[in-house]
Amino acid sequence: MTLLNTLNNAQEQSQDKWNTVCLLDDIAPDTGVCALYQGEQVALFRIGDSDQVFAISNYDPLGEANVLSRGIVGSVGERLVVASPLYKQHYDLATGECLEDSDLLLKTYRVRVVEQQVLLG
Amino acid sequence: MSKKRIIVVGNGMVGHNFINTLATSENSSEFELVTFSEEPRLAYDRVQLSKYFSGYTAADLALTTADDYERQGVVFTLNDKVVAINSHEKTITTASGRKEGYDKLVLATGSYPFVPPIPGKDQDHCLVYRTIEDLEAISASAAVSKTGVVVGGGLLGLEAANALKQAGLETHVVEFAPRLMAVQLDEGGGQLLRRKIEDLGVTVHTEKNTKEIVVGQECRYRMNFADGSFLETDMILFSAGIRPQDELARQFGLDLGERGGIVINDYCQTSDEDIYAIGECALWDNKIFGLVAPGYQMAKVSAAHIVSSLITHEEPALAFKGADMSTKLKLLGVDVASIGDAHGHTAGSQSYVFNDDIAEVYKRLIVSADGKKLLGAVLVGEAEAYGTLLQLMLNDMDIPGNPAALILPAVDGEASVGLGVAALPETAQICSCFDVTKGDLAAAVQGGCCTMGDIKDATKASTGCGGCSALVKQVMDAELVALGVEVNNNLCEHFAYTRAELADIIRVKGYTTFAQVLQGHGKGHGCEICKPTVGSVLASFHNEYILKDEHIGLQDTNDIFLGNMQKDGTYSIVPRIAGGEITPDKLIVLGEIAKEYDLYTKITGGQRIDLFGAQLHELPQIWERLVAAGFETGHAYGKSLRTVKSCVGSTWCRYGVLDSVSMAIALENRYKGLRAPHKIKFAVSGCTRECAEAQSKDIGVIATEKGWNLYVCGNGGMRPRHADLFATELDDETLIKTIDRVLMFYVRTADRLQRTSVWMENLEGGLDYLREVVVDDKLGICSELEDAMTRVVSTYQCEWKTTLENPEKLKRFQHFINADEDDSNLLYVRERGQRRPATATERIELVNLSSVQN
Repeated sequence: MTLLNTLNNAQEQSQDKWNTVCLLDDIAPDTGVCALYQGEQVALFRIGDSDQVFAISNYDPLGEANVLSRGIVGSVGERLVVASPLYKQHYDLATGECLEDSDLLLKTYRVRVVEQQVLLG
Repeated sequence: MSKKRIIVVGNGMVGHNFINTLATSENSSEFELVTFSEEPRLAYDRVQLSKYFSGYTAADLALTTADDYERQGVVFTLNDKVVAINSHEKTITTASGRKEGYDKLVLATGSYPFVPPIPGKDQDHCLVYRTIEDLEAISASAAVSKTGVVVGGGLLGLEAANALKQAGLETHVVEFAPRLMAVQLDEGGGQLLRRKIEDLGVTVHTEKNTKEIVVGQECRYRMNFADGSFLETDMILFSAGIRPQDELARQFGLDLGERGGIVINDYCQTSDEDIYAIGECALWDNKIFGLVAPGYQMAKVSAAHIVSSLITHEEPALAFKGADMSTKLKLLGVDVASIGDAHGHTAGSQSYVFNDDIAEVYKRLIVSADGKKLLGAVLVGEAEAYGTLLQLMLNDMDIPGNPAALILPAVDGEASVGLGVAALPETAQICSCFDVTKGDLAAAVQGGCCTMGDIKDATKASTGCGGCSALVKQVMDAELVALGVEVNNNLCEHFAYTRAELADIIRVKGYTTFAQVLQGHGKGHGCEICKPTVGSVLASFHNEYILKDEHIGLQDTNDIFLGNMQKDGTYSIVPRIAGGEITPDKLIVLGEIAKEYDLYTKITGGQRIDLFGAQLHELPQIWERLVAAGFETGHAYGKSLRTVKSCVGSTWCRYGVLDSVSMAIALENRYKGLRAPHKIKFAVSGCTRECAEAQSKDIGVIATEKGWNLYVCGNGGMRPRHADLFATELDDETLIKTIDRVLMFYVRTADRLQRTSVWMENLEGGLDYLREVVVDDKLGICSELEDAMTRVVSTYQCEWKTTLENPEKLKRFQHFINADEDDSNLLYVRERGQRRPATATERIELVNLSSVQN
């Protein structure tokens, strides 16, 4: 981690409140879970058995149900994605963009892992 | 303009083909199609008639149904023979006295079996072989006979002998000529065919002229031959050739040939221009064509002529120019083919003969005087070269290289000499049953067909006798290559392999995790296609708990929570109810649980009970109760064995011959948990009434008095397919062994999400090949397949029981990882006493209502 990032994180931490939603171990490698965060349903995905975690809205706008955390994690080209468990559209984990319909953009959340804790902020 | 009325007399294969041609043509709305048949049923496949004795039913043989005809607007009358034609009034009259007018009349009356005028031929148990009714009579006679004789050693006679043998009789064939199939085969071919048939237990008597049929001493009858010898038998089947059914034409003044047959011109018109004759009743250029392909060709020509003369008034585009009588078939399991001038009658012709007494193969080529053109061929014992040789002859092509190479067996390492399909002209007819040319196939490929299944759907090629399937595939592949289509069977962007290839890799390398497979043979991160596929293959071979840490990320929508996700994200629960048998106590438990959790309850098509609307956190609670009551997971969520449906069978049913319920339960318990390329459904029926509908299943088992008949690769659903009869009269042990092998071979070789029906359609060599692998053990892998299945059976676990014993795994079964709340998005309404998800409109009303109340 570079000095700049550390600085930014420190600033963020000072400006915003980061909340622990679960432990890293609660998310099995290459799967997702759903967390309740400030009244919203957030899907958290862990890449492999690393501490890389992504957070996007849990609501599948095409299936109209709160299910995205239960999709399969994978890649399309260079992009990390989740496939909706209902009708299999792909959502970019980093940007929330739907690959099949770029007008559809899911809300993304800032996420970090500190000492095995998963935090949203 | 009123519709033109076409009356078709006779609803056999050719009459039906004519109707189908007009009914599916672009001018179909211009015609009213009316047909009469003296038989009690609509058209059926007479070519496959002997299959009636190996378990096929009349429905299996049917070429159409009353529903199909009604949908096509075809008016049909069965059991009513047309007995008079008035060509001035243009009307016909039937036996029941109905009178109908026509614009065009088509005679498709077929032929009748010729019975030689032998004294004693009209007694009971002296029968012919032509219709399903004849077969019923043969069946009834065989039941009270021990010995049967077929008079006639031609193509149909040998078919009939097969039928008698299958009916369990000691079978004899009596032939007037010095050899079998004298029309199609030469001396050498006829001799080998005789030897092979006699090896199968059918006794052949040649050069026998039957003088009379009298009362026998050992058997019911004695046949006395002109040479003084005799043969005793309980029944006699005459199959001494056919005669055109031209009685109607004879009575009402149409021109006939000297030896019968309704004379037609190149457009299939008789001497009355508004009356056509097609099929075996028609005589063209003084020839009767006793095969189905020329009959279909006449149907096509006459239909085109009727359209042009009544509707378009253009010059007719098609004409009948005679037909090639080459034929290839399997007689009593022996491959026999005859092409063109099989006897070498052409002046100056020469021949090549290959004769292998050990392997029992005989091949003879007839070539032109200069050795460049193929004129004819005879193949007995092995007929793979048929397609190639036929094309060489039909297209008058130069023989590539040394003609002898065409019939010599391939030496190791060298491919046998074939015919590059590229050399064939566009007009080359590849499928003679449905007259599909190379050009038609190429057009279909250009239109998007890229599998055998697509091609069959689009062109019908290879859906008749199937003899051309290898050639069709070659033409298709060549065309795909010509179009620059790289046939890409890659599973997805992460793996440049098919599912079958990945399965081989995993098996040979002994991989146990997705990570190993991806690292060794893939790229990227995987996806929702390759992950479940590899997960399924790993499960098929190793059968580990699918929610293990290294497998959980591979599981598809339903497997990952061991339930079936519904549209609102809740799950349905289907406990296993093997064979559909359930105790009242267990039913009560299901009822209590459903009531307590307010689960929508429905009976499934597979004889079990589906409970809908359980939320994630409720799944373990519900399964705790189900497992305690003795239920197991039903794998309704998996690409795996679903159910083995059964009828009640011999334990209760008045008609049942075997205990279908016990067999269904045994099969379901054996194969439960087997992960496969797609879901698998079974059924077991306790008698041939088939109440369990086994012929629409991947694996169907039907009880007979002599054991189980096994059907494979059927399907209901989106693309229904009748299962193929695979093996008959099996005992319990052989049945299970055979199913083990078929299923494991399917698991190893099928594509992703390929049901057994499509797998079969795309399997090169089809049913025969599957039989060679599974029954004859051609690949030497049967014991390996059985071992693999034994491993799966012995490592079975109820996934829900295992999950309940793992508190770590249960943590995932809640909607929020950090809260106990439910998903607030779920809204239901009640209908017929149960709940269901609210529709979009209902949701708006419900939300408004609750905000008003708040």
